[in-house]
Amino acid sequence: MKALQFERNVPRFAASRVASALVGSGKGVRVGPLELVEIEQLEMPGPGWVRVRPRLAGICGSDLATLDGQSSRYFDHIVSFPFIPGHEVVGDVEGGALDGRRAVIEPVLGCEARGIEPRCPACAAGRKGSCERIAFGHLRPGLQTGYCRDTGGGWSTGLVAHESQLHAVPDDFSDEAAVMVEPAACAVHAAFASEITGGERVMVLGAGTLGLCVIAAMRALCLPGALVAVAKHPQQRKLARDLGADQVVKPNEHKRAARRLSGSLALESAGGDIERLTGGVDLIVDCVGTSASLEQCLEVVRPGGRIVLVGMPGVVRVDLAPLWQREIELRGAYAYGSEDRPEGPRSTFQLALELVREARLESLVSARYPLERYEDAVAHAAAAGRRGAVKIVFDMRKAVPGPDAPNSRSGRPNSAATKEAM
Amino acid sequence: MSPRPGFVLEVDRSTPATLIWHGEGFRLERLPVGTRVVYGPEALDPLADPDQAIRHALDNPLGDSQPLRTLLFPGMRLTIAFDDISLPLPPMQPPDSRQRVIEAVLDLAAEAGVDDVVLIAALALHRRMTDPELRHVLGDRVFEAFAPHGLLLQHDAEDPSNLVHLGLTDQGEDVEINRRAAESDLLVYVNINLVPMDGGHKSVATGLASYRSLKHHHNVRSMLSSRSFMDIHRSELHHSNWRMGRLIAESGVKIFQIETTLNTNTFPEQLAFLQKREWEWSLRDRASFLATSSALERTPAGISRKIFHAVRAPHEMTSVQAGAVEAVHEVTLANIYRQQLVEVSGQTDVLTMGLPYIGPYNVNSTMNPILVACLGLGYFFNLYRGKPLVREGGVVIISHPTQWEFNPVHHPSYIDFFEQVLAETTDMFEIEAKYEESYATDPWYVHLYRTSYAYHGVHPLYMWYWCAHALSHLGRVIVVGGDRAAVRRMGFSPASTFADALELAEDVVGRDPTITHLHVPSLLFADVK
Repeated sequence: MKALQFERNVPRFAASRVASALVGSGKGVRVGPLELVEIEQLEMPGPGWVRVRPRLAGICGSDLATLDGQSSRYFDHIVSFPFIPGHEVVGDVEGGALDGRRAVIEPVLGCEARGIEPRCPACAAGRKGSCERIAFGHLRPGLQTGYCRDTGGGWSTGLVAHESQLHAVPDDFSDEAAVMVEPAACAVHAAFASEITGGERVMVLGAGTLGLCVIAAMRALCLPGALVAVAKHPQQRKLARDLGADQVVKPNEHKRAARRLSGSLALESAGGDIERLTGGVDLIVDCVGTSASLEQCLEVVRPGGRIVLVGMPGVVRVDLAPLWQREIELRGAYAYGSEDRPEGPRSTFQLALELVREARLESLVSARYPLERYEDAVAHAAAAGRRGAVKIVFDMRKAVPGPDAPNSRSGRPNSAATKEAM
Repeated sequence: MSPRPGFVLEVDRSTPATLIWHGEGFRLERLPVGTRVVYGPEALDPLADPDQAIRHALDNPLGDSQPLRTLLFPGMRLTIAFDDISLPLPPMQPPDSRQRVIEAVLDLAAEAGVDDVVLIAALALHRRMTDPELRHVLGDRVFEAFAPHGLLLQHDAEDPSNLVHLGLTDQGEDVEINRRAAESDLLVYVNINLVPMDGGHKSVATGLASYRSLKHHHNVRSMLSSRSFMDIHRSELHHSNWRMGRLIAESGVKIFQIETTLNTNTFPEQLAFLQKREWEWSLRDRASFLATSSALERTPAGISRKIFHAVRAPHEMTSVQAGAVEAVHEVTLANIYRQQLVEVSGQTDVLTMGLPYIGPYNVNSTMNPILVACLGLGYFFNLYRGKPLVREGGVVIISHPTQWEFNPVHHPSYIDFFEQVLAETTDMFEIEAKYEESYATDPWYVHLYRTSYAYHGVHPLYMWYWCAHALSHLGRVIVVGGDRAAVRRMGFSPASTFADALELAEDVVGRDPTITHLHVPSLLFADVK
């Protein structure tokens, strides 16, 4: 089968890091450790596992950070090489209860998928994203499908998934709608993690896929008093508005927008520029995850307010004095599982399916590429906002799964039978 | 030789290029053959002895007022209010007319033994003036006599303890003005009338009022009901002010109004070519123009702004009248018209105008995009009596750089209004309903208005309302040479050149339109027949 495979190759990793730093995100893929290969079909890790033939698989911001060599060393022990990226996946299921149907994959590899009993406290509570066993069990380390050597990933013509990871796609859903379910689920979880009780003044920083999905989720599932989006590019601003932002401002306007929204006073420079707010918004959702974005959050959140970090951060350098002095809460929001709702716990993915349908999130899919054009696809994804695009996906619907073949690059078979110590 | 009246030139092949303001610069433009260019009258001869004229006016008041000296007595509370930095434009070479008048009033007060005297800058919702600005307006003697003792005040429309509600007009309008002014035995108001909108009851009813009071006439409905707000007889803005002024008088506030007018000597010798008719430029004028233009091209924008804002106009006083408000203002208007009125026959399809670097609300500051709109579509468009210079559905072409630039000290709420409100809507009624109250009551804007040098939070909305009549009347507004994003933000069309702008205009008004150019400087008031 065909797959885009990411190897542990230190020189190539360094080259991609340098290239992306010098030339820009997505530019390191030509020299980095990602390569299109022909590999053998993956072995089943254990009972309850099925094959999935990906139809569409998205390119996520975290994928770009990985390809750019910019992802955090924190992940070193919770991924296993070589891995096939792609955790936003809709595909055709072969085997199991959903045999012959389309499904989206809930990529977190928690206790159930790893065959671990008893389950860790987080998984037992339905919080798969917080699983404490993601480097254990009958799979090699990997926090998600797309980062684990044994499962493969969506950027391929075949992967394996545990049945507990699969959510059937309604027949009236397009593949484009289905591939948006995973990012929508992240947004749904972030919206609930924000603990909005109604009437809060909320700012969403960043309007890429995740930011736009968060706006849609906030609008559909919470009751923000006012929702302001900070978006860099014109198309993002339009979409943010369409998806429910009350106000959309440019990145350099966020302080003034937060001040106006909150009626805060401000501390100014001698020239009259606002340097800091005395109050601010109740909640800010950071969908960027950089030092700059976190600093922006700290500038505009009120004392006692909350920052929810949704965009994947790496190593950041930020002055935490305001966090301390203003007793600001900084909270991460990662992945999904189940959400406590008044009617009882509900699967985040099921809520996301509803959100995709209601908010028509399939419209965020801007371009499709075959695996062979992965360099163009990654470049497009890295420049999506600037090019008026949002979600770039790989399209495997016309790809014919090849016969099992030795790894075309190294000749090393890539199967569970040849596991290597990482 | 007496000054020549204003006139309308029809451009032919021999007409030299026309000088057009373009912010902190200007250009020479060959206007299409057949274009009408409206020139204001030449500067009137000034009063031979303005100080003597002032003393005469104070002793010979108009209307039912007594001479000022008879109104002054020992132990009285005397308040002298005066127009703020928004007048005149540019600020005049010293001595300022207000200094001359206030010194004369103070001389009489001293003779009468009045020792409770307070000066108040009538800011309305404008920014506070700096000490150097106050010193420039009042002169060293007055400034030093009052400011160090806390007797030189600036009206604070957000200080409840210093406001007094006098009642409601018969139209239900709140009349709330400065307490010290209202509770004085005599309020002397010292004005400079630059355009017909200024003065009269508007001096006190607006200049010393609160937002609660001002909102009754500074609103979209008033602007749309004023044809124009420069013609007080057809201006709802003025009708409301007049109702308020009469209620102020009925409430027992005794006002002695002193109004002055200026001629249109606007620029000093080195820039005198700006106010001459182009075909009459001397060799020296041409040389000055070339030297100035060339120097401006090489000068960074910030420095040219400083140079222009340092210009002090050689304005001279053409009249002074004192006494009862309405009687005084009638004479003032006659003197304004004498200087500025130009008869124009019929309307035009396209009205063109070059806007200078300065307007009433950016003295020593930045002409931000909203103020560009206000100057062009509020002030210049409304400088008519009878009918607008441009026909309904016509086009206004403005020449101005319209940079996306704001002075954050003077115009903090303008930045937010431009970035956040105009990004959402340019609709006057929607803005008024949805945003006015929050801008007017925003605690940070209030704080900056009261303690810093910021225009009131609601001011940018008012400046946008100022454009209401023009925007409801016009088919399109085109800005030549402006920042395209800033121009579009306001719903206008950008154009690179005058020729491009005229092509765009033809899309609205058809081919071969009639074109009229408003030649400013100098200031003029079109009497459109």
